[in-house]
Amino acid sequence: MSKFKKSSSTSNDIPTAALPDIIFMLLFFFMVTTVMRETDILVKQQLPRATQLTKIERKSLVSYIYIGEPKNPNLYGTEPRIQTNDVFIEPTDIIQFVNQEKDKLSEVERDQITMSLKGDIEIKMGIVSDVQQQLREANARKVLYSSIKRLDD
Amino acid sequence: MARSKNRKPAEVSSGSMADIAFLLLIFFLVTTTIANDKGILISLPPKPDPNEPPPVVEKNDKNIYAILANSQDKLLVESEPYEGTMEELTEDIKKFVLNFGKPGEEGVAVYNSLPSSLKSYINSNGRNPESSDDPIEAVVSFKANRGTTYELYISVLDAVYKAYDEIYAERAGLTVEEWLTLDKSKDAQKEIYAQAREGIGRNISIAEPN
Repeated sequence: MSKFKKSSSTSNDIPTAALPDIIFMLLFFFMVTTVMRETDILVKQQLPRATQLTKIERKSLVSYIYIGEPKNPNLYGTEPRIQTNDVFIEPTDIIQFVNQEKDKLSEVERDQITMSLKGDIEIKMGIVSDVQQQLREANARKVLYSSIKRLDD
Repeated sequence: MARSKNRKPAEVSSGSMADIAFLLLIFFLVTTTIANDKGILISLPPKPDPNEPPPVVEKNDKNIYAILANSQDKLLVESEPYEGTMEELTEDIKKFVLNFGKPGEEGVAVYNSLPSSLKSYINSNGRNPESSDDPIEAVVSFKANRGTTYELYISVLDAVYKAYDEIYAERAGLTVEEWLTLDKSKDAQKEIYAQAREGIGRNISIAEPN
């Protein structure tokens, strides 16, 4: 009898000492798997939707060009603009931008550079075509039209 | 009094540790974005050589499937105004590519390598002599206007890609989803990929907008 009495007197709290460790594990998981947003996007970005998407295998080879209407029309007007890194550029500056991006890569990888074109759905083909002409000049011929998976079918 | 105090083990309370970690966790969840690097991959043509005039392409008109888009986002497909949906466009392109109207030697070889489901698809469409000779010759040409919206451009490009991907998937005996997720870095999957594309190249010509 005394045996039972003893066991009933012990506290039956769930030990929570391991909880921080579990949370830290989750924290590290998110820290490792997510990428910090490097640039402030100054243009509207509603990406087009498509079904036949290709995934980029090597992120280090990708550079981004954002095209869209500026989010702040008082400062930058309403005409679609091209943004790379943190600044608006003119189409003619793209060659310089591509060369900068190519310099970051090793010699053998320079031909494989992929330009990810993040275009807003409202922009016209004129500006996209201007960008593509410059990319041809700069010999960065792999272009990815960044889009979101369409779910309706 | 002093004795009872001494007996209590000196312990730092770690109960709030979880809260601190939670705060950090939520901070990282909010400030980071999972990058979505997906899209339609194209290859631009090399820059024109000023010393050499552009090569003159001699192709029979029936081997070219021409899609034109104007600044009002209206399509002109094979010289006729097009009102249908993108799904119908995909189906039309598929019929055009797999027409085998007058296949050459290589065309016959490609035809013979197709699975029976595709063969019956080809024959049920009647092999129109006015349409493409074989998939090697067939070219889909797409030209947009400077005023065409990017959205329409992407959806037409997507429809053309879809037509080819459906053919490849059918040829490899996969669903389109499986086809798109093939990992080209693995040899076995790369072989399936190469086999399905053999002879039916994705001949898409994207003209410069005017």
